[in-house]
Amino acid sequence: MAANASTARSASALPLSLPLGLFFVAFVLAPMLLLAWVSLHNDPEMTQAGFGQYAKFLGDGFNLAVLGNTLWLGLEVTVLTIVIGFPLAYLYTQAPGRWQGPLMLLIILPLLTSSVVRTFAWVVILGRQGILNTALLDLGLIAEPIKLLYTPGAVAVALAQIELPLMVLPLITALMNVDANLRQASLALGAGHWRTFWQVTLPLSMPGLLAGSLLVFASSVSAFVTQTLVGGGQQMFMPYYMYQQAIQANNYPFAAAIAMLLLVCVLAVVVAINALGRRSKGFVHG
Amino acid sequence: MAEAFVSGTPRVPSLTPRAAESLRGLIERRSFWAVFGLLGLFAGVLLMAPTVVVLITSFTSGYSLKFPPPGYSSRWYAALWNESPELIDAFVLSLKLAAIATGVSIVLAVAAALALARRREAWARVAESVLLSPLMLPALAIGLSLLMLFNLAGTGLSFWTLVIGHVAITTPYILRTTSASLLQMDGSLLESAHSLGASPLYVFRTVTLPLIARGIAAGAFIGFMYSFDNVAVSLFLSDARSEVLPIRMWHIIESNLDVRAAAVSGVLIAATLVLMVVMERVAGISRHFR
Repeated sequence: MAANASTARSASALPLSLPLGLFFVAFVLAPMLLLAWVSLHNDPEMTQAGFGQYAKFLGDGFNLAVLGNTLWLGLEVTVLTIVIGFPLAYLYTQAPGRWQGPLMLLIILPLLTSSVVRTFAWVVILGRQGILNTALLDLGLIAEPIKLLYTPGAVAVALAQIELPLMVLPLITALMNVDANLRQASLALGAGHWRTFWQVTLPLSMPGLLAGSLLVFASSVSAFVTQTLVGGGQQMFMPYYMYQQAIQANNYPFAAAIAMLLLVCVLAVVVAINALGRRSKGFVHG
Repeated sequence: MAEAFVSGTPRVPSLTPRAAESLRGLIERRSFWAVFGLLGLFAGVLLMAPTVVVLITSFTSGYSLKFPPPGYSSRWYAALWNESPELIDAFVLSLKLAAIATGVSIVLAVAAALALARRREAWARVAESVLLSPLMLPALAIGLSLLMLFNLAGTGLSFWTLVIGHVAITTPYILRTTSASLLQMDGSLLESAHSLGASPLYVFRTVTLPLIARGIAAGAFIGFMYSFDNVAVSLFLSDARSEVLPIRMWHIIESNLDVRAAAVSGVLIAATLVLMVVMERVAGISRHFR
């Protein structure tokens, strides 16, 4: 009886989802379909339909290098954030309660600070007169300022710092859910800290690790501002290439094809990681 | 050990198997905490360093972004306030845009969350994840696709096309936090309110809303900051007259690296810090990031 009444009530609430549903169809779904449709035209004037833009993109070494660089960047940033993010998340869960509040603010503050500001910070740090060059000069390790900005490594390091909270936060959640008794039992049975980490803690925190990897990968391959400002004009990544083709070259079908390819790559990674996540969840609960 | 006591003769201090084992255990434990401690500390410093560097640089007395600065002054903040109407205009426009987009998003997302969050049917779960999907889509692709839509519709670009783009990217944040707080709500509260004869609107106002207000506030705050900071969507959807602050900053950093960019950053960092501490007290935002 109560269940029936509650079903009836939630059915009456259903129309409330209409405004957002309509907005979504009009301004997210329809544009995405339009994007796919535009990408299926062979010429910028869109007179001839076909797969020409995709053939052009995938048949050209320069374009493939742009795609490869972008995906490689995403992978590099993900690995870097895991290597330094995991210890930070682990220390957070082991820290005394009164430390956890301030530590959490330390992790979240960069996430909320404007990404333009954070990117600008890296421009200041890596510049010719930046803190790194000044320090290296003072230590006598280099004779004159070296070029740090506009190098491939700089983009990966800056992005890893900028995306770090996205890795640390899901890891903290996952680590909090790991039963501390399991770790204690493993240590008491003589497994040692390293072995306990590799064989107990790491496998059990896999859902958090995968969730973090997903967020970091998806945001770093499309991090337009950081890629352009820290990478400079020498390095081309998919987002800027798309922008350039649309706004400067006015070649909308080609820009749309670039957007679709980036989208497909991100979705493929999402699907792959979700599949891994289901397996790892089975591992955690089974 | 026991054996050593029983025999009565103290062993020579060469390592017994047991002592060797405990030494190995010590090294093992120390090395683990040393590696994790150092990497964790490095990550903590790395998180803070850029913010601190920008804050210090913004108080330079020089004309360049040299670090450490040759001297300290607040001249660039004064220049920002007195001689930079274009930056102030961009700041005001960004505030207006983020406020309107967040306001619209709150209405759309809270209504949808009320309809979907507590339903267990598979289609409702699918609908919710579809509505959350813009979180995963590259924002630049959303911007480009909306630009094509407005071109096709012949509406041209204006402040309102910008608002639409920002609503599209901020609603998922509010939908997510609101749904989460609706799920945590005790269903029996709703049941008793209904069975005591309260109208749906009255239940929403007196029971549901107070319980989910913190979740809405947290999502609205995150969405607002995201909209205020967004470049990817604004780049495609703003007309010539409306240049938002992050794009203005992007141009400054890309071209002449004016020190005023550091002063703007200083203002933004301070504002973010204050807002975050307030919102942590009011809405406990940190819970919603995990």
